[in-house]
Amino acid sequence: MSIQVKNISKAFGNFIALDNVSLDFPSGELVALLGPSGCGKTTLLRVIAGMEQADSGDVLLEGEDAATTHVRERQVGFVFQHYALFRHMTVFDNVAFGLRMKPRKQRLPEDKIAKKVHDLLKLVQLDWLADRFPAQLSGGQRQRIALARALAVEPRVLLLDEPFGALDAKVRKELRRWLRKLHDELHITSIFVTHDQEEALEVADRVVLMNHGKVEQVGTPEEVYAHPATPFVYGFLGSVNLFHGRVEGESVRVGDDRLPHEASELAHGAEVTAFARPHELEIIIQSESGVGIPAKVSRIFSFGLVTRVELEGTEGAINQHFEVETTRERVTELALIEGKNVRLVPSRLRVFQNQ
Amino acid sequence: MAGTISALYKSSNKESRYESNAATREPIWIKWTLVAIALTFFAIFLLLPLVVVLVEALSKGWSVYWETLVDSETLSAVWLTLTAATIAVPLNLIFGVMAAWAIAKFDFRGKYFLITLIDLPFSVSPVVAGLIYVLVFGAQGWFGPWLAEHDIKIIFTTTGIVLATIFVTFPFIARELIPLMQAQGKEEEEAAVVLGAKGWQVFWHITLPNVKWGLIYGVILCNARAMGEFGAVSVVSGHIRGLTNTLPLQVEILYNEYQFAAAFAVASLLALLALVTLGIKTWVEFQASKTMQSVSLEHEV
Repeated sequence: MSIQVKNISKAFGNFIALDNVSLDFPSGELVALLGPSGCGKTTLLRVIAGMEQADSGDVLLEGEDAATTHVRERQVGFVFQHYALFRHMTVFDNVAFGLRMKPRKQRLPEDKIAKKVHDLLKLVQLDWLADRFPAQLSGGQRQRIALARALAVEPRVLLLDEPFGALDAKVRKELRRWLRKLHDELHITSIFVTHDQEEALEVADRVVLMNHGKVEQVGTPEEVYAHPATPFVYGFLGSVNLFHGRVEGESVRVGDDRLPHEASELAHGAEVTAFARPHELEIIIQSESGVGIPAKVSRIFSFGLVTRVELEGTEGAINQHFEVETTRERVTELALIEGKNVRLVPSRLRVFQNQ
Repeated sequence: MAGTISALYKSSNKESRYESNAATREPIWIKWTLVAIALTFFAIFLLLPLVVVLVEALSKGWSVYWETLVDSETLSAVWLTLTAATIAVPLNLIFGVMAAWAIAKFDFRGKYFLITLIDLPFSVSPVVAGLIYVLVFGAQGWFGPWLAEHDIKIIFTTTGIVLATIFVTFPFIARELIPLMQAQGKEEEEAAVVLGAKGWQVFWHITLPNVKWGLIYGVILCNARAMGEFGAVSVVSGHIRGLTNTLPLQVEILYNEYQFAAAFAVASLLALLALVTLGIKTWVEFQASKTMQSVSLEHEV
């Protein structure tokens, strides 16, 4: 089922959670709502589910206005961050709950319910836990049971609120892959909320980036990562090095120093903020005067393939902090040691004009 | 009192480790001094009165004791006490659960006012509570003339006693449930609604089972107070022998008439009720902690 939200606004007292948000969720896609905490992503999810009432705007489910549709009639499956499993019921009863609550006429006989519950438990690979209580399960198991419970009522949409937020890193990674696989099997329109950019980029067909109740960018993971539309998106999707300066022809002038930059449509003298990812910064020792930002190596970390170098700005760039990703060979070649003075030159610079 | 059950949910076997660890243990003499002080207090203020009641009740022999118990006035007092509790406790069960459900699961205007209102019977002296009923329903009260016209009697009747008992025992169940329900949050209810459950289904299948032990605990406390209430009931009862005397009032009357053995005999009935209540309460607490512990223990394995 497709979902459209149109001009949704929602405030809690003085706090604006959603500010005129319009989005389209096509049928069958797995979409991530990504943003920092307090950006309104969970509120948007709850508005779509019907658990929260928007101050203004419409939610269209399959093109139909859902304003008067009660939560229990929207046929959405909702997975909560803290699972919200019924603690006094066994895993089996939890999954069977939605089926048993149906009006008598639509309710399946108990043996059909049992079959369906076991099928779902097999789908989430936890059939052997049917008689346990939620308190006896691990976090990852609980979340999979919560998902099975949501799927039991055959929802038209699956909404997941930070589904892996309360799990440890390893389990999170496993479940992420598992969710993607499950979605490829079921093709149910799904929206999941997360503040973890890696999770969003890895799992979703499309990513919606939100900040301060507004949508910053919508696109495939490749699009939003490679072509961030706003400084916020650039900063949120990974580590960044940031420079404030002015455009001067083929370079950006930062204080007394110069950063090479391909010619852009930005006017000469425009105030800009420039970004470079850690792997897009080059460390050089010798330089023609004024090219690159002066900095001093403060720490060097070598884990696996990538070596991370942390630097503190010197001279004109004092109090600035930089991060560079390079190879171990390069570090040896430059004879980098802590305390060494170097210059940083970006191989690629993303420039945004200041508003 | 409130939150005893919720505290139980959190208790684990960590205390025993703390206690048996030499590094965290106090010297033996501190331990035994504290235990001795506590036991002495317990013996003088709690155990001694109980023993005195029984000894005094039997001071004139078993036959006097037995005669007092089967006396028609005593029997009618027992009957009235049971009647008042049987009406007041179920009503307060319904009011209390509704109030706690509304307060813990919904946001509405006047919520804090409602909480204050529920606490009122705790803060008002029971005698004042009884007087309020006399002032409202008594012959000289607000509705006195109207009630007399329609031949309805409230003060000095069982109705008045039941009303006063309901007032005094009102907070027990609600106060026990509110913190428990608030601690459990609304997520499970929301999950149930999304899964298609209707309002009463959510209440019956999710909310109520989750507060089961807290609810039973509240009912026990409510019942104990309903049977033992003296002040408010005393004001509205009128002390009509064999008609409007509850057990505590009967004790007072007998005592004032210097029938000490009889007074203590009736008092021993109340003490017995208290002991039974305590027994059930302990059992409930044991059950609640057992359920929780078996779950958490298996989880650790």
